[in-house]
Amino acid sequence: MTLAEIKPGKRCTIVAVNGQGSLRRRLLDMGLTPRTEVFVRKVAPMGDPLELSLRGYELSIRKEDAQKIDVNLLEEAE
Amino acid sequence: MKFALIGNQNSGKTTLFNQLTGSSQHVGNFPGVTVERKEGTVRGLKGTTVVDLPGIYSLSAYTPEEVVTRDFLIHGDSDAIINIVDATNIERNLYLTLQVIELNKPMVLALNMMDAVNASGNYIDVVKLEELIGIPVVPIAASKNEGIDELIDAAIGVAEQRRLPKVMDFCTDSVHRAIHSMAHLIEDHAKAAELSLRYAATRLIEGDPPTEETLKLSENERDILSHIVTEMEEECETDREAALADMRYEFIENICAQCVHKHAETKESVRSIKIDNILTHKYLAIPIFIAMMCLVFWLTFSVIGQPLSDLLADGIDLFTVYVDGVFTRFQVNPTIHSLVIDGIFAGVGSVLSFLPLIVVLFFFLSILEDSGYMARVAFIMDKPLRKVGLSGRSFVPMLIGFGCSVPAIMATRTLPSERDRRMTILLTPFMSCTAKLPVYVFLTAAFFPRNRGLIIVSLYVIGILVAIISGLLLKRTVYKGSSVPFIMELPAYRFPSGKTLLLHMWEKAKDFITRAFTVIFIATIIIWLLQSFDFRFNLVEDSAESMLAAIGTFIAPIFAPLGFGNWRASTALITGLTAKEAVVSTFEVLLGNSMTIQELFTPLSAFAFLCFILLYMPCVAAFAAAKRELGSLKGAVLTAAFQTGVAWLVAFLVYNVGRLFIGG
Repeated sequence: MTLAEIKPGKRCTIVAVNGQGSLRRRLLDMGLTPRTEVFVRKVAPMGDPLELSLRGYELSIRKEDAQKIDVNLLEEAE
Repeated sequence: MKFALIGNQNSGKTTLFNQLTGSSQHVGNFPGVTVERKEGTVRGLKGTTVVDLPGIYSLSAYTPEEVVTRDFLIHGDSDAIINIVDATNIERNLYLTLQVIELNKPMVLALNMMDAVNASGNYIDVVKLEELIGIPVVPIAASKNEGIDELIDAAIGVAEQRRLPKVMDFCTDSVHRAIHSMAHLIEDHAKAAELSLRYAATRLIEGDPPTEETLKLSENERDILSHIVTEMEEECETDREAALADMRYEFIENICAQCVHKHAETKESVRSIKIDNILTHKYLAIPIFIAMMCLVFWLTFSVIGQPLSDLLADGIDLFTVYVDGVFTRFQVNPTIHSLVIDGIFAGVGSVLSFLPLIVVLFFFLSILEDSGYMARVAFIMDKPLRKVGLSGRSFVPMLIGFGCSVPAIMATRTLPSERDRRMTILLTPFMSCTAKLPVYVFLTAAFFPRNRGLIIVSLYVIGILVAIISGLLLKRTVYKGSSVPFIMELPAYRFPSGKTLLLHMWEKAKDFITRAFTVIFIATIIIWLLQSFDFRFNLVEDSAESMLAAIGTFIAPIFAPLGFGNWRASTALITGLTAKEAVVSTFEVLLGNSMTIQELFTPLSAFAFLCFILLYMPCVAAFAAAKRELGSLKGAVLTAAFQTGVAWLVAFLVYNVGRLFIGG
C-alpha cells in the first residue's frame, strides 16, 4: 500500500520511494528512506496535504506525492 | 578571515547570524540568481566576516539555493564553515552536515537549541559526537546568545590551523567499494578541478550531472562509472540515490544511538502539537486564519500603520511648506522651485509616506513567519492555490496585495521556489490595493451614486477572478511543469526573537527608502518634466499644453475601443503610475473649473476605466519592488506589460459586452 492510504493516527514503515527527479530526491533527503518509521499525524482541513511525523520532526507532503511512497502499515498494540 | 554559515531552514541560522554580526549586514544577491546573499562583520572582530548561505536541507543540485551554496562552499573564499544544527531535530539536520563534511573543508558544528534539549531532561554527549563526526562541536543557544564566543573561537581555530574534518568512513560495504573504486579512477580529474576527492567520487556514484561536467570525464570513464553504479545497485537492491541517502541516514542513526539520550519529547514539540490541534484543526483552522489576517490588516491599516503614515505625510507637508517658503523668500528660479516642490517633494514624499505601513506590516509578518505559523498557513491553503499553479506559500503575499503591492511583492522573497515567486509577483498586483480605493470612490460617486458599494466590491471580485484565470493560463503555458515539489517542514512553534524582528524591519525599511530615492526619485522627475514642459522645453502654464498631455493625446486612440479614448483619461493613467491615487488629483487638475467628469465618461466607460485602473501595471514603487525581487529589469517590464495587456483586454470586454446589453 502507499503512504496516501494510511489513515491519520496510524504508523507505517517505508518500503520504497518511487517517482523520479527532484521530487524523489527531496523526499529521500528529508529522511523518507526505506525502513523509516512514519506517523501520519493529520490531514489538512481541505483534505490535502498530509502532516507526517518522522525522525523527530513534522513534515508536510501532498497526497499525490505520498502515493509514490510504498509502505507497510504497522499494527499498533492496543 | 571569512566564515560561511550553513544550515537547514528553521535551524536558527538567521538568529545566529544576527548574534554574530549585529547590525553590520549587507544584503545582496548571488550573481545571476535571485538568491539572497547576506554578509556581515563578526562583532568585535574587524576583518572577520560571515556569509549567511541560504537555508537548505541537502547539497543536491535541484534548486538555485542548493547550487549557489555548493558553488560558494567549493569555489568561494571562505576560510571555515560554520554548520548550524538544530539539536532538537538532530537526525535530519546532520544529513546536510555529512554532505558538507565530504567537501573536506575546515568546519565547526554549532549545536543550536541546547537549552531546549537540556530543559526537557534530554542529553546529548557532545564529546562523543565530536569524536564520531570528526569535527569540533560547540553547543550553543543562539536565541539566548549562549556559546557564541566559544563558537567564534572554535571557528577561528579550525581556520587558522586549516583543520580538516577527520576522515571517517560512513559507507557500508557495497557503496563503500563503489566510492573507492571511483575515487581511484578520478584522482587526477578531482585534483585538476580542485574538488575534494571523496566529494567528487560520492557525487558521481550518487548521480550528479554538474559534477560529471566539472570533472571532464572521458567516454571510457563514464562507462566504467555506469558499470560500477549498476553493480552497486544490484548489490544494494536499490538505486543509487536511495542507496546513498539510506547510507547517510543509517550512519546518523548510529551516531544518535550513541550520543543522543532522549527520554522525552522536548517541551517545544509537545507544545507545538497542542497548538496545532487548534490552529490546523479541521474546522477551526480557516476561521482562525481569517481572523488572524483581519487583525493584522486592521492593526496595520487603521490602528498603527495608517496614523503613522498620516503623521509622516503631515511632517513631509510641513517640511515642503518650509522649503517652499525659503525658496520664495530667496527668489529661487521658479523652474527649479517647481522641480523641487511639485516634482521631487510631491512624488517621493507621497511614496515615502507608505513607509510606516510597510514597516508595521513586516513587523506582523515577521512574527507570523518566525513563530512558525506561516508554514501552517501554507499547509492549510495549499489545496486551493495548487489549482491555479501556485503553492500554499503564495497565499500570504497575495493577501497582503489587498493592502499594498509593495510589501506583498517584497514578501515573496520567502517563497522557496523561483517559479512560484515569479508567478506570485505577476498575480499579486491584481489584488486591488488600498491606493486604488480613492479612484473607485471618486468615480463611483460621480457615476454610480446608488450602487457604489456594489461596484467597488465587484472590482475586488474581478481582480481575484482575473488572477485565478491568469494563473490557470500561465500554469498551462509559460510556467508549465517544473514546479518545485511541496515538501515542507512544519517547524515547532517558537517565540520570535525581538532582535531578529527589529533587524528584519530595518532591512525592509532600508530597502524601501533606497528605492524611494533611486528608481522612484527618477520616475517622479521624469513625470514632472513631462508635466511642466512642452516639446520645445518651454515651461507651460496650462498643463493641457504639456508633453504629458501630448503623449496622452497620442496614446488616447489605444483606449478608444475601451470607451475612454480622451486625452485626459490617458494622461491620468500615466500619472497613476507614480501612485494610483494620483489619478484623482490629475483629473481635478485637468478638468479645472469648467468641465465635469461626466463629460469624459458614460457610466459604462467609467466602469471599464475602473477595471483598467484595477488591473494595469502597478505604481513605480511596486514596479521597483518587482524589479528587485525578480532580479531583472526585463522580467519586471514583461510583468508590467502582461498586466497592462490583461487590463486592456478586460476593459475592452467589459465595455463592448456591456454595450450589447445597454446599447450605450
